[in-house]
Amino acid sequence: MTTTSETAVSDVAVDAPTTTRRDWVSDQEVRWCPGCGDYSILSAVQMLMPELGVPRENTVFVSGIGCAARFPYYMSTYGMHSIHGRAPAIATGLAMAREDLDVWIVTGDGDALSIGGNHLIHALRRNVNLTILLFNNQIYGLTKGQYSPTSELGKVTKSTPFGSLDHPFNPVSLALGAEATFVARTHDMDRAHMMEMFRRAHAHRGAAFVEVYQNCNVFNDGAFEAITAKGNRESMLIPLVHGRPIRFGPDAERGVVLDGQGRARIVDVADVGEAAILVHDEAREEPGLAFMLSRLSGGPSEPTPVGVFRAIDRPDYGTETTRQLDAARSAAKGATITSLLRSRPTWTVGSGAPGSGVE
Amino acid sequence: MSDTAAADTAVDQHLPESLDRVIIRFAGDSGDGMQLTGDRFTSASALLGNDLATMPDFPAEIRAPAGTLAGVSAFQVQISDHEITTPGDAPNVLVAMNPAALRAELERLELGGTLLVNTDAFDDRNLTKAGYRTNPLEDGSLKRYTVYEVPMTTLTKQAVAELGVKPRDAERSKNFFALGLVTWMYTRPVAPTLDWIENRFGAKPLVRDANLAAFKAGHAFGETAELFDHPYEIKPAELRPGMYTNINGNTALAWGLIAAGQLAHLPIFLGSYPITPASDILHELSRHKGFGVRTLQAEDEIAGIGAALGAAFGGHLGITTTSGPGLALKSETMGLAVSLELPLLIIDVQRGGPSTGLPTKTEAADLLQAMYGRHGESPLPIVAAFSPSHCFAAAIEAARIALKYRTPVMLLSDGYLANGTEPWRLPDESDLADISVPFATDTNHVDGDGNPEFWPYLRDPETLARPWAIPGTPGLMHRIGGIEKEDGTGNISYDPANHERMVHLRADKVAGIAGDIPLLEVEGDVDDAGLLVLGWGSTWGAIGGAVDRCRARGAKVARAHLVHLNPFPRNLGDVIRRYPRVLVPEMNLGQLVKMVRADFLVDARSVTKVRGVPFTAGELEAAMLKELGDA
Repeated sequence: MTTTSETAVSDVAVDAPTTTRRDWVSDQEVRWCPGCGDYSILSAVQMLMPELGVPRENTVFVSGIGCAARFPYYMSTYGMHSIHGRAPAIATGLAMAREDLDVWIVTGDGDALSIGGNHLIHALRRNVNLTILLFNNQIYGLTKGQYSPTSELGKVTKSTPFGSLDHPFNPVSLALGAEATFVARTHDMDRAHMMEMFRRAHAHRGAAFVEVYQNCNVFNDGAFEAITAKGNRESMLIPLVHGRPIRFGPDAERGVVLDGQGRARIVDVADVGEAAILVHDEAREEPGLAFMLSRLSGGPSEPTPVGVFRAIDRPDYGTETTRQLDAARSAAKGATITSLLRSRPTWTVGSGAPGSGVE
Repeated sequence: MSDTAAADTAVDQHLPESLDRVIIRFAGDSGDGMQLTGDRFTSASALLGNDLATMPDFPAEIRAPAGTLAGVSAFQVQISDHEITTPGDAPNVLVAMNPAALRAELERLELGGTLLVNTDAFDDRNLTKAGYRTNPLEDGSLKRYTVYEVPMTTLTKQAVAELGVKPRDAERSKNFFALGLVTWMYTRPVAPTLDWIENRFGAKPLVRDANLAAFKAGHAFGETAELFDHPYEIKPAELRPGMYTNINGNTALAWGLIAAGQLAHLPIFLGSYPITPASDILHELSRHKGFGVRTLQAEDEIAGIGAALGAAFGGHLGITTTSGPGLALKSETMGLAVSLELPLLIIDVQRGGPSTGLPTKTEAADLLQAMYGRHGESPLPIVAAFSPSHCFAAAIEAARIALKYRTPVMLLSDGYLANGTEPWRLPDESDLADISVPFATDTNHVDGDGNPEFWPYLRDPETLARPWAIPGTPGLMHRIGGIEKEDGTGNISYDPANHERMVHLRADKVAGIAGDIPLLEVEGDVDDAGLLVLGWGSTWGAIGGAVDRCRARGAKVARAHLVHLNPFPRNLGDVIRRYPRVLVPEMNLGQLVKMVRADFLVDARSVTKVRGVPFTAGELEAAMLKELGDA
């Protein structure tokens, strides 16, 4: 939890004009397939924006390529729909150049984890001040139904008629492996939870990464139904709440423990006793335990943790860049083009004898 | 012995013979410090007021196996008492620190030229490594040269012995012995080198003292050994009055970028990935954060240009630097920049290709990649620097075009310009024009209901540039992207007629820059030349030298040099058609010549070289005379 950055955000809110959801909706027609999970995510973001108190003109959405990447067109903010996989790189430049801006990235599993995997991990490790929303639908939608880097092993698609041989990425594990300072997971069926995760991610100073399970009703319908459908959530989603024992189930009858081998494991609370249940600590500096939690589930057919896995304080890249710049600026006070040109040894050719060198 | 005493005695005992110029090539093993030796000799000559030009020539490996041909590192410098534009053709003097250096470099030395050899390195092992069956110092194979055999390693060890330096470390100072000797031979001032050693090695007193002792010993050896009749001198050149500094192309380019930021009143953002021979621009800019320069060493070439483009969207002067292989990786983002119509500088310090090619050797074979290396109709302006110091002005010009026309601009340099040095008469800051452009601050259109709105692609009728409205500006929120945009509104549009209109608009915008760049100037026998030599890039110096020589022989030759390669200066067609013959020298297999032939339907001829080193004036002189002879 980063109380300082939340304070900073509320400072901005004082100056910002009050807006409503409608103010954040652009005049562009939304062109996702009817029934796509992207609609509910867009709606959650647009509903959240007024309460964040950031002026629209200071908000920028940057995206790459894919269905999710159309997102910026639908926000009445500044936006850039760039090229495949490169949004984290472009947004890094923008966020470094303009610390006053609120820069969001909207990306998908192919965009962020396949073609743009390199940029994502480097934006996370540098802790660039970005809010990254990864819409994970475990399929390539825009190119019409090939398997993605998060598709399950054996997935039969147009490009894998005999089943996918690729071991999938777990996006949360990947982000934690890159030592992201804020990592969370939510899903498109629960607006309140999405808004809470986005609110937390936005308040975080540094790179905030949120995986959003998102249903592609055309090419991968129901991929998350086993855990996100209303009737399944209580028994299949493991809510991570800072400072609380990690328990789930209709009667919170199940829980997570660290076993004798140092592994996180799902147990019946009755078997181990309430005192043995692991208490979630999102602020833990060392990412190993959060990583273990991310490995509890092998996919969206097993009980899966949602919530904030990790939220720690680490200086963000833009602030550090500015700090160096400010120090250099005050040291170089009065520097001009002329002083730059004369900063190496010079000599003068005059109307008379050549002048002496100056080191 | 004091420093000044050394110089004075030299003058007393041997009257120096005056030369109008000399070309010296220092060659040794990669670990022998030849670049540093050449650089120091150059600095002393620059401070003396000579005109000069240098060309480092080193292997890609940090340390290739010692004593091998692959590991030879060389540095050529020409110093003169008159204006020169190249590091010279055949060296007059070759300093060879080991057999490999002799073998690799001897063919360059002029017949009868001077050879300064470190005899200590000519043992059986090194001779074998260099591929010599017999010792060239003994088998008579060097009889066409004036050979000075100096046991530099031994003399260096003796000179530093009393300092308590270990023999192995002592040997490392032998390049300073060589530098001291050549400093004496050409009566260079010693003080600048002594001062430099003091400063550079101040933190390591033993190394400092060893280098000082070796340098002084080399100088004293020249003076006292009966080997040399007399030293030589090269008087200061009569250069234009002004303040000078010796500069290489990468430094000049980095300074040009900083100046461009100042002249545009914009902070600079460099996104770059290390690549030879462009990395020094990243290094130099990283030192100048005081000028508001942000640098990002990105995770790859694509991220480098991506971050620069993101910063440009945010209102910075966005820059990315690279060399050929990196440029290939940036292609897609360049296409996006063309579509977004944001200012962006892409700097390509060309090297030998394809692929990894010759990382440390020069070539200028990326012109067509710069011109056409993107998918779709994707034009962007191209500016090419022609000398190390011109990189400064070229960087400002590229930035000016990028900002004024809201377009990515390609700036071409090459490995020779990047590392070669020349004295540069510093421009007066007050002569540098302001290149700032305003950001959009107001709406520029009214919707059907009379409400003000902002159209991000509503163009300036004169430049066709679109407004640069940066995030943070109230009321101008807009979305841009790589999908084709509707003319004016910038909304997504798949309309065929609109696409055609946008393709033409982008092309017209770039073509229109021709009205905003200088006309091409012709020099030499402007009115009656039988041959026009048309060049671009770093061939400038060699072409100038060759044209002068041809004209001295009575041949009628004119020359013109392109700085703007897209669009061309608007009089290029007229200039080309004015002369019966056109010759285009290029460090590729003929890329500009293709563009010129295609655009103007003239029978321009090509002379090419792709050997990793620049043309010599002699080579181009021969090509020009041949072209005239064929007429």
